[in-house]
Amino acid sequence: MDRPALQGPGGPHPDVGRRSVLGRADFSRLLASIRTAGYRIVGPTVRDGAIVYGPIEAESDLPVGWTDRQEAGTYRLERRADGALFGYNVGPHSWKKYLFPSRERLFTAHRKGASFSIDAEPADDAPTAYLGVRACEVAAIRIQDRVFVGGAAVDPGYAARRRRVLLIAVQCAQAGGTCFCVSMGTGPGVTDGFDLALTERIEGDRHEFLVEVGSERGAQVLVGVPLRPADADDVAAMVATVDRTARSMGRTLDQNGIHDLLLGRLDDPEWEKVGERCLACTNCTMACPTCFCHSTEEVPNLDASQVERWRRWDSCFNLGFSELHTGSVRTTIPSRYRQWMTHKLASWFDQFGSSGCVGCGRCITWCPVGIDLTAEVRAIRSNAAAGRPPAAGGSG
Amino acid sequence: MASTTRPRLGVWKFASCDGCQLSLLDCEDELLAVAGRIEIANFAEATSAFAPGPYDLSLVEGSISTPHDAERIREVRAQSRRLVTIGACATSGGIQALRNFGNVDEFRRIVYARPEYIETLARSTAIADHVPVDFELRGCPINKRQLLEVIAAFLQGRRPTVPTDSVCIECKRRGTVCVVVARGTPCLGPVTQAGCGAICPAYDRGCYGCFGPQDTPNTAAWSRRLRELGMRPDEIARIYRTFNAAAKPFRLAAEAAPSGDP
Repeated sequence: MDRPALQGPGGPHPDVGRRSVLGRADFSRLLASIRTAGYRIVGPTVRDGAIVYGPIEAESDLPVGWTDRQEAGTYRLERRADGALFGYNVGPHSWKKYLFPSRERLFTAHRKGASFSIDAEPADDAPTAYLGVRACEVAAIRIQDRVFVGGAAVDPGYAARRRRVLLIAVQCAQAGGTCFCVSMGTGPGVTDGFDLALTERIEGDRHEFLVEVGSERGAQVLVGVPLRPADADDVAAMVATVDRTARSMGRTLDQNGIHDLLLGRLDDPEWEKVGERCLACTNCTMACPTCFCHSTEEVPNLDASQVERWRRWDSCFNLGFSELHTGSVRTTIPSRYRQWMTHKLASWFDQFGSSGCVGCGRCITWCPVGIDLTAEVRAIRSNAAAGRPPAAGGSG
Repeated sequence: MASTTRPRLGVWKFASCDGCQLSLLDCEDELLAVAGRIEIANFAEATSAFAPGPYDLSLVEGSISTPHDAERIREVRAQSRRLVTIGACATSGGIQALRNFGNVDEFRRIVYARPEYIETLARSTAIADHVPVDFELRGCPINKRQLLEVIAAFLQGRRPTVPTDSVCIECKRRGTVCVVVARGTPCLGPVTQAGCGAICPAYDRGCYGCFGPQDTPNTAAWSRRLRELGMRPDEIARIYRTFNAAAKPFRLAAEAAPSGDP
């Protein structure tokens, strides 16, 4: 099977692990070099009051001097004085919008008399550089790799796109109010799975990027970019940056025994309680960088001579998502929240060998009523510890 | 194809603005294909030619607001093999259902010089409150893609693919930044049915609820959040009382809002 490799093929390149320093003034040279190497660049940009991912044509498209403040159900853009390029935390978009598009035509079928033919969808596999991928996002991409190409059934569109990604990671220099990657063991430091990793360093007049090579592909785009070798002080500053971020997480989630805890509390009274707040609006699952649920839809023309099959993002919070021949399996909101959370944090281990959560905090920030996944885990843990009995009626 | 083999379509207007019928004419590119597959037997907005029933498919726009219309819809139903209601008026009573919360006799006295000429019902109601309906297509106005899907589904003898999820999923699919979370803008998206393509939030406005309640609307939780965002109870009641004021979940949410009850 042709799996997309997180590392370049054929063992580590001699440059892998090499660290150098790029001056702020030369940052646009790096962008130019990436483009010259044949990649279109997508990355962070300010739009509609948030930092989202979009095409990066020039350095000025980046969120220069912007940051964000995040809490449960709240996100606000704010100015920062230091002109940082990556001085923000993850926003409403994730890279899944590129690897696993929200709407994708899978094929088109044409009726030919009593038979039919199928036109495969041409693969959109233009080489693309993802600029500014955070540690939790590298972990999320790894999880979706497992889902889409890691099993017996390989998703051809995802695989084609994934293979052509130049992944440029950025170490988080600050934690957001809803971040908990430390709890999930996914960050804040990016340790592998990248082609290049940048650490932005701003101290007084100094504004530089420590650049670490993670693959041969990454080394290639650095050719011709003005760099100086990193010294011990540069590396120490990078380590200190990541340490500082790790100590300032906005949230924590105790993963200890979580699989058995959650699956053993399917009648916990908390499901009913959270169900009173939950809107079943799907925002958490849409914002989640690992949620992969989708529906396929046949779109015929009027005389049904041609049918397109489309795939679109769907959600376990939708009534229709669990509809079988006798109706929906999960009619109540508590049952849908329970399905999502127990899958994400518990049964995902059984299915894919890891948690489905990377601690990015998007589900907390982008929940319109601010439901906090970490608080829900705490509530259930405390109910379990107190031996609290299930709510009458459960949450069918 | 001989016209006699084509299914016969009737388009009917009740209390409404005609906007939903116009969505069919707005199909432009697809209209000829539709006309090639269906005999348009009655569509006053498009042609003065009128062919008597029965009809294989009737599209009904508008609400029932007069005793005469309450009779007329029975006749349309009797003449129609399949009856699909289109738009907020036909599916929930429309904006004219605001009368349901007032006193119609008083309105009549104030508005009309000769109120005795006005024959009207006390309430504006959905078509489904009067006759059996095969499918309800929501929206103010309806979405033309969804209308074509309903017509295609009818021609192909299948159920239309018209999701009843929230508007939020459409915002997220198109990458729109949530106006509630990022700006604190009141929005009905989480409790409203998808279908419009989440137009308003893409232009920095909250959702107005044109497509009525989604299939599992938690209006109690959403009203509490709207209070936190700074809306007064009377304002909350008003945002639920627009094009789908009489749709049950929105009606109950508006009634609950002034007291602050869920």
